Amino acid sequence: MSEKLTLAKAIGSGLRRALEDDPSVVLLGEDIGKLGGVFRVTDGLQQRFGADRVMDTPLAEAGILGTAVGLAFRGYRPVCEIQFDGFIYPAFDQIVAQVAKLHYRTGGAVRMPITIRVPYGGGIGAVEHHSESPEAYFTHTSGLRVVTCSTPQDAHSMIREAIACDDPVLFFEPKRRYWTAGEVDEEFVGLPMERARVVVEGSDVTLVAYGPLVATALDVAAAAAEDGVSIEVIDLRSLSPVDFGTVEESVRKTGRLVVAHEAQQFGGLGAEIAATVTERCFVYLEAAPARVTGFDVPYPPAKLEEHFLPDLDRILDAVDRVMGRENSLTGWRA
Amino acid sequence: MTPQGVRVRDDTFDPLIADVSPEQLLQLHEDLVVVRRIDTEATALQRQGELGLWPPLLGQEAAQVGSARQLRSDDFVFSSYRENAVAYCRGVQLEDLVRVWRGTASSGWNPFDVGMATPAVIIGAQTLHATGYALGCKKDGVDSVAVAYFGDGATSQGDVNEAMVFAASFQVPVIFFCQNNQWAISEPVGLQARRPIADRAPGFGIPSIRVDGNDLLAVMAATRSAIERARTGGGPTFIEAVTYRMGPHTTSDDPSRYTDPAVQAEWAAKDPILRFEAYLEGLGFLTEERRAAVAATADDVARRFRAGCLGLENPEPLTVFDHVYATPNSWLDRQKSQYASYLEMYGE
Repeated sequence: MSEKLTLAKAIGSGLRRALEDDPSVVLLGEDIGKLGGVFRVTDGLQQRFGADRVMDTPLAEAGILGTAVGLAFRGYRPVCEIQFDGFIYPAFDQIVAQVAKLHYRTGGAVRMPITIRVPYGGGIGAVEHHSESPEAYFTHTSGLRVVTCSTPQDAHSMIREAIACDDPVLFFEPKRRYWTAGEVDEEFVGLPMERARVVVEGSDVTLVAYGPLVATALDVAAAAAEDGVSIEVIDLRSLSPVDFGTVEESVRKTGRLVVAHEAQQFGGLGAEIAATVTERCFVYLEAAPARVTGFDVPYPPAKLEEHFLPDLDRILDAVDRVMGRENSLTGWRA
Repeated sequence: MTPQGVRVRDDTFDPLIADVSPEQLLQLHEDLVVVRRIDTEATALQRQGELGLWPPLLGQEAAQVGSARQLRSDDFVFSSYRENAVAYCRGVQLEDLVRVWRGTASSGWNPFDVGMATPAVIIGAQTLHATGYALGCKKDGVDSVAVAYFGDGATSQGDVNEAMVFAASFQVPVIFFCQNNQWAISEPVGLQARRPIADRAPGFGIPSIRVDGNDLLAVMAATRSAIERARTGGGPTFIEAVTYRMGPHTTSDDPSRYTDPAVQAEWAAKDPILRFEAYLEGLGFLTEERRAAVAATADDVARRFRAGCLGLENPEPLTVFDHVYATPNSWLDRQKSQYASYLEMYGE
């Protein structure tokens, strides 16, 4: 039985199922109770499961994560909501030095099945600290898993899988796609969250995207097809670990790689994917991999974000580059 | 209790320790002597190159033993790195005290075996863990309590302040046990706090007690009052145990650069063990025979501790990859496999 849900509602229904299925699941966050979260993802959950399991917390992100660590010691599966991407930094120590390391620090005795939900990314005309993509800080950290979703079905399935996982999971939610609607079947068993998905098959270029840019990548594939270029779109889903098997198989077929993400470029996911694919698929490559990313600046004011965010045209330009066609860098000199 | 070992009457706290028997007093004395002996041995092991580092607890024995011995096995401790006497009281095996300091393991012990998390080195982080654990106890409807041990320096950290906010808001059974040992490495407590640290807690809505941390009985009474409140739904308590770090911050520190010998001497006169011994002698409990027996026990523990330490074997190379994740991880598994191949080709 499936029903049409927005991506936000699909996460909410995934949280509801997790709360129903496992009494050790508790939700912690700011304004997640009566208000239902600033994006209404937890709408109705406190009413249904009580303030004991859906807890509004004091306004302190380190406090939320540190409290979750103690709950995990006690056998709970906390799901923490960070209200906006840019608010996660006060919790950085608890996530990176505590949550990520406690399993290691206790010789495997203490598990940290903590899910950290983070609405992320730009494109909604927001103010400072409300449009960031901080995933690379966490993919750089051993001991964490990092995933993101791009469809309502994945949103529902993957949040449940993240909560059931015995390792800590950063669950990045593409906030500008919260209102994207799609069919959600609660019983559907799809790809494990660790696997990437080939969304569209193609033969000329492998385009790797995740979260908010998967929809953009699909537009790119459609536009390129009109131009006679066949693009294979991969929705990465898991950012740590990355399903390189799926990416490599595609690149061996296409010989070309473009990676797109909203996050800044330097030291980002695109660099890791380009480097690893180059190491493993060097002889198959027809062109140097290309990255299309946010610029290495702080997230800009809303009226400039269209210039920061990779969009259809900037990704098509990178496709032209790997195809050896005329592009914005043709004739460009530093 | 005065530094001369004379009890000072207190109508509030005296009844809380009225049941302590002479046998228990002598056992506590043995604890104090043994943990100091372990500490001395560990410093010697570090000087001999057998440990990378050691954080001595010299001077803080009464604060740690007096509080830790009041806990039940179903209570849970979240400590910093200097709480080796607390770990000893919780039942941590001798060699497990030094695995981390010898560098042979990332973990000293299984926290669930002894009701004590392995120490948090990031200052103050564990206070939130204790608060979360206590929240879990409250949700579970059990009367177990969580205790967070930390120092005066930690009270400047955001985490400690957030822990107090969360603990007060949710009224959880946690005890914030601050050992004010006057120093955060070289920084005197005056740099952390303009007023007594215990004064902060009431501002969070948490009752606090400022206790002489070198007075074993006073620490016991203060801890028992906090435990009683926590077990009966009264929420958190903050205890400031005023003590003194008589040694260095760690074996890498040089306190001669920042301490005043006169102040050191002043605190040496308030030594928690000498004071408790004077008290026991006044009662006629501590005979010469008993002293000798305790010293022999302590030496025996030290011998076993040393042997346990020296017996810790270096871990196998590929265990560097163990326990990063609880579930299989494709990236790490590949890295491990490649390093195994490297070792096979070039290893010894």
